[in-house]
Amino acid sequence: MVPGNSGGVVVGDLVNLSSGWVLLQAALFLFGAPLLMAWVRRVKARLQNRRGPGWLQPYRDLNKLFAKEALVAHTASELFRAAPYVVFATTLLACLGVPLVAVGQPFTAVADVIVLVGFLALGRFFLALAGMDVGTAFGGMGASREMLVSALAEPAMLLAVFTLAMTAHSTNLSSVIDHQLAFGLVLRPSYLFALMALVLVAVAETGRIPVDNPTTHLELTMIHEAMILEYSGRHLALMEWAAQLKLMLYGVLIVNVFLPWGIAREVSLAAVSFGLFAVVAKLLLLGVLLAVTETVLAKMRLFRAPQFLNFSLLLALLGLLSHVILEGGA
Amino acid sequence: MILTQLTLVEQAVFVLAALVLFLSFSILAQARLVAGIHVFAWQGAVLAGATGLVALVDGEPHLLVSAGLTLALKALLIPWMLHRLVRRLELERHLDPLPRPAVALMLGAALVIFSYWVVVPIERLELATTRNILSLSLAVVLLGLLIMVTRRQAVTQVIGFMSMENGLFLAAATATHGMPLVVELGVAFDVLVAAVLFGVFFLQISESIESLDVDRLNRLSAWEDEP
Repeated sequence: MVPGNSGGVVVGDLVNLSSGWVLLQAALFLFGAPLLMAWVRRVKARLQNRRGPGWLQPYRDLNKLFAKEALVAHTASELFRAAPYVVFATTLLACLGVPLVAVGQPFTAVADVIVLVGFLALGRFFLALAGMDVGTAFGGMGASREMLVSALAEPAMLLAVFTLAMTAHSTNLSSVIDHQLAFGLVLRPSYLFALMALVLVAVAETGRIPVDNPTTHLELTMIHEAMILEYSGRHLALMEWAAQLKLMLYGVLIVNVFLPWGIAREVSLAAVSFGLFAVVAKLLLLGVLLAVTETVLAKMRLFRAPQFLNFSLLLALLGLLSHVILEGGA
Repeated sequence: MILTQLTLVEQAVFVLAALVLFLSFSILAQARLVAGIHVFAWQGAVLAGATGLVALVDGEPHLLVSAGLTLALKALLIPWMLHRLVRRLELERHLDPLPRPAVALMLGAALVIFSYWVVVPIERLELATTRNILSLSLAVVLLGLLIMVTRRQAVTQVIGFMSMENGLFLAAATATHGMPLVVELGVAFDVLVAAVLFGVFFLQISESIESLDVDRLNRLSAWEDEP
């Protein structure tokens, strides 16, 4: 079903249209994610009085890694080789479920937010298994840390999502956004808290600064890097690309669910291109915010991460409570 | 009552009231004394904002006076006095961490649910659009009580007491269009006098037991061992 679609489209066209949409969204995510990463790095470099790498540097890195030979430790099992593909595929599938430039696309009708959390959890599961598979100390350590963080982040994310779902009476992201757009600007205390909770969860899940440092290979502090330390060549490229996709996924989730204005509600060239422009502008702004917070804050000790995530759980809980108390469950 | 039927200003009152509750939780979780004082100042500012908006919505000019009074006293003067005291007692870097922060926060969430359960029958009366905020105010009062119970530092206990008063003020401003101005002035100056008296007490306590950890008042002499 395509809610935003105007009538007069025959079934064959619909199939073509839907596969076209899926391909378009996949392409936007695949090629936008490295650009978003480059933007965050550039802004961060500028804030630290450096010039920073060029716009195409993440592409160059990926290209270089894909061209290199993939070395695999002799203790590694098949799982180690399969994990990058699983992680990449699940992250990409999760990305397809998030409305990027338009609501009511064919694919978003099946993929609701619980499926999205499930895809991300599956990817994380394989990432942690791959970290432990080779048997090095760092891999196991990184895996256990990743699980510590995600075990605490997931309930907070689900609670935040349930707050949205209770307002829109649906766990489908597209319906949530439609509901938001239908009512115009409504200041909801519950959305404010859910937004804050989701931002904290996103920071923890994408391994950004107060929780994990994406640019370091220092053994005492790394979480994500520790798990992919043994990878090289195309495996490493897939892992890095998946991490960039995940950053963009959370970014799109935050800007499009909480500030959906500008997203296309019908399939026309003008609406879709305006939707694209809006989402790019919002993501650039979010990238600046991320870079500023990463420059201002210092990384916390790992043992303070549970406290950080408890706080986000509390925020999500407050969102749920204020939805019930203040908004009368409507 | 449905939120989407209200005007934007009324919705903003709801958001600010929810923020007051959130700041109470922040005070509860805050380990550093100075940061706790800052959060308390922010709570006063948000409360003043909410009161000012209620004054605009209901067209009650005397609420503007009490909003200004709240801003001056609770967001500026009292935090400044507490800050000065902390500096004078050299407690700027002092930590007063909760023994189990997660448990305290969950207890706080339970208090919110409890106050909602208590207030539901009153809310059904639907006398004012902002009546829903009553349960939040009760929760802020109970959270202030929880802060006073769980903390050992005299300064944080005072902050808990003052944030309790913030909860009462929020209830008065939103549910009943504010108390008569005379009463509000009286309460405001009572709070101010209380803050001054607490300052004197702090100095006395810290002189006699060389600390503001009030648990040490349970011991008979300074040389007695830790329990």
